[in-house]
Amino acid sequence: MANLNIDSVKARTFDAIVIGSGISGGWAAKELTGNGLKTLVLERGRDVKHVKDYPTTNKFPWEFEHHGQLPVSVTEPNPIVSRCYAFGEDSAHFFVKDNEHPYVQTKPFDWIRGYQVGGKSLLWARQTQRWSDFDFEGPARDGFAVDWPIRYKDIAPWYSYVEKFAGIAGNKDGIPELPDGEFLPGYPLNDVEVYFGDHLKKNYKNRHVISARCAHLSKPNDIHLQQGRTQCQNRDLCQRGCPFGGYFSSNASTIPWAEKSGNMTLRPFSVVESIIYDEKLGKATGVRIIDTNTKQSIEYYARIIFVNAAAINTNLVLLNSKSNRFPNGFGNDSGVLGKYVAFHNYSAHIGAEYDGLKEWTVDGRSPTGGYIPRFRNVYKQETNFLRGYACGFSGYRYQQHKYDGVGSSLKDGLVKGDLSPWYVGSHMMGETIPKESNHVSLDAKLKDDWGVPLLNISVDYDDNDEKMKKDYIEQLTEMFTSAGFKNIQPSTNHQAPGLDIHEMGGARMGKDPKTSILNEWNQVHACKNVFVTDGACMTSTSCQNPSLTYMALTARAANHAVEEMKKGNV
Amino acid sequence: MNRRDAIGRVALIMGGAVIGAEFFISGCKSNTANVADLFDADHTAFLNEVADTILPTTSSPGAKAANVGAFMAVMVRDCYTPADQKTFVEGMSKLDDAAKKKFSSKFLDLTPQQRTDLLVDLDKEQKDFTTQRGKTLDADAAKHKGEANYKAPELPKHYFRMIKELTLLGYFTSEIGATKALRYIAVPGRYDGCIPYKKGDKAWAT
Repeated sequence: MANLNIDSVKARTFDAIVIGSGISGGWAAKELTGNGLKTLVLERGRDVKHVKDYPTTNKFPWEFEHHGQLPVSVTEPNPIVSRCYAFGEDSAHFFVKDNEHPYVQTKPFDWIRGYQVGGKSLLWARQTQRWSDFDFEGPARDGFAVDWPIRYKDIAPWYSYVEKFAGIAGNKDGIPELPDGEFLPGYPLNDVEVYFGDHLKKNYKNRHVISARCAHLSKPNDIHLQQGRTQCQNRDLCQRGCPFGGYFSSNASTIPWAEKSGNMTLRPFSVVESIIYDEKLGKATGVRIIDTNTKQSIEYYARIIFVNAAAINTNLVLLNSKSNRFPNGFGNDSGVLGKYVAFHNYSAHIGAEYDGLKEWTVDGRSPTGGYIPRFRNVYKQETNFLRGYACGFSGYRYQQHKYDGVGSSLKDGLVKGDLSPWYVGSHMMGETIPKESNHVSLDAKLKDDWGVPLLNISVDYDDNDEKMKKDYIEQLTEMFTSAGFKNIQPSTNHQAPGLDIHEMGGARMGKDPKTSILNEWNQVHACKNVFVTDGACMTSTSCQNPSLTYMALTARAANHAVEEMKKGNV
Repeated sequence: MNRRDAIGRVALIMGGAVIGAEFFISGCKSNTANVADLFDADHTAFLNEVADTILPTTSSPGAKAANVGAFMAVMVRDCYTPADQKTFVEGMSKLDDAAKKKFSSKFLDLTPQQRTDLLVDLDKEQKDFTTQRGKTLDADAAKHKGEANYKAPELPKHYFRMIKELTLLGYFTSEIGATKALRYIAVPGRYDGCIPYKKGDKAWAT
């Protein structure tokens, strides 16, 4: 520490510190500042102000040098991020390049990151399905990981709380395994999606096609207008950042809201090196950061600390926060820190054609699609693998063209928009089982530019994943066949874990401090003034897109933290 | 626009895989420093004339008006492998050789009808070539079936297929192609999942 004078310490002391400004950090910032806490929000990357810092948002396709494809100067050194579906000429500036922050792949892992204010909330696929007790009770019922310390009733009001503010489009579907929420009008399904849904309803028990709930303002309420956001305009260019605030991001919603409270100090370019633990007080007193511009090490202090650095980086911060009390990483009395990392298995697809409903098509662009909630092993164990999968499901018609020859006949054929028959496609979203062997750890030798050890990632598929994948192909093939779909084409790939961008765990919640890091309020068991509410806290993964659950857990934990502060407990 | 949509559209248009698609999707892997290293102004002008024969002015302006020649040069520089770059650059001479053989003149000296006739021939040639290439690849894959580390042999592609693909991609994602030849709406403001399908409507650019 360069400067130890009292005034400087005072200037560096806050009520709360939030590490990270992505989807969960933004919520922590909003809740803590909203409760009157002077809050420091630390972000390792640059600031990205809503609209102003979305440089490509209003560009036409022809205004990009490669009309949307990526130039070699970006892609050649970046094979990992180049595999991400959303990484394009219009969005590359919001992704971490491979060489900007290396990591050690003990096993192949595509780590997709967004280092800026807002993090990956600018880039997410905006799918927001609730969990139910079929998910929270999973580990206990099926005997893996540890029991979740919470149940649906604990989080349900917080789902409602965040949904109202974020703005979630959806329908009340009345499906117990995918509870309804506080919805803005849902986006419609198209005809072939409705047809398949009706087919499942008639011929199967508990199999549904619903309009996937998504964080888009289909019809904004007053609370959204107050945020300066307006209705989604169906541009389908979300990865550029939305000038309408049509979808939820930290940048469009929680961060400016926190800013407006007057209680937030946002500090970009701040890599958190470690959390400071005071042995005498028996609690955390602050964090040590490195300013990425000056490389200066600075300490900030607060009564409570929220760790929201995104799942893997939260593990890194905790593992690197060593002290006499915690020689193996922060709160790691149990030895499970960094372990039981899991993800979602996205490695199977299936496509087909449907020779019907040709008199119908769609108009405009939908920000979402069809969704088949998990139907395997829900009410009872019924297969040779544990847990199950949700499925994306979409129908579409291509513009069909004749491509032979050259000249005006070719061109006339290409400008006609005659449509193909309907095609349907589905992708698998499988739960994976957290295991001790799937882990992240600090590399013994290698360090990054800031002197922080590189992370070693060792995460892989297992036999359960293979069996589940096989079942997905079998079940979808059968469902497609019985629906009269033709030319059914299943496909599997070997994409590395990580490319699903749903990595979770490592600092899991649990009832027993001997086998978990966090308690039922996302507090570190052994240090109650530190909260972890991003993906790192997840005890199991289920198969829903996880961001909505992070938001709800964060709002719940932040409000608990405020209560505990008032009571003098933290 | 989603880049997979763009590639998918051209793949559909051409009825097969797009040359360089693996690079467009996973990113461009190789390049040379400058467009000028591969193409001079004459080349770009030449490519514009070829492109304009492939997609001429009809009720909408043609490919030359959209300066597709310059787009092709940029894409070959940035998104083709060195082997494909070589095929493409040599292909420009081959195209002229074919013109001389058929009409005893360079391509640029041909009448519009002669240009079209020549490119119709070359289009047939590339189609046969591509079909044969596909068969060879299939046969090779069948021969090595089950080999975990199998890598398909790198067979040359046909230069005219490259030119045609880039013409279509460049034109229909250009302002003129997207807004004059096709329909383009940047901000739909709506989504309707079920409307009657009317055959004969213009295609959408995105």
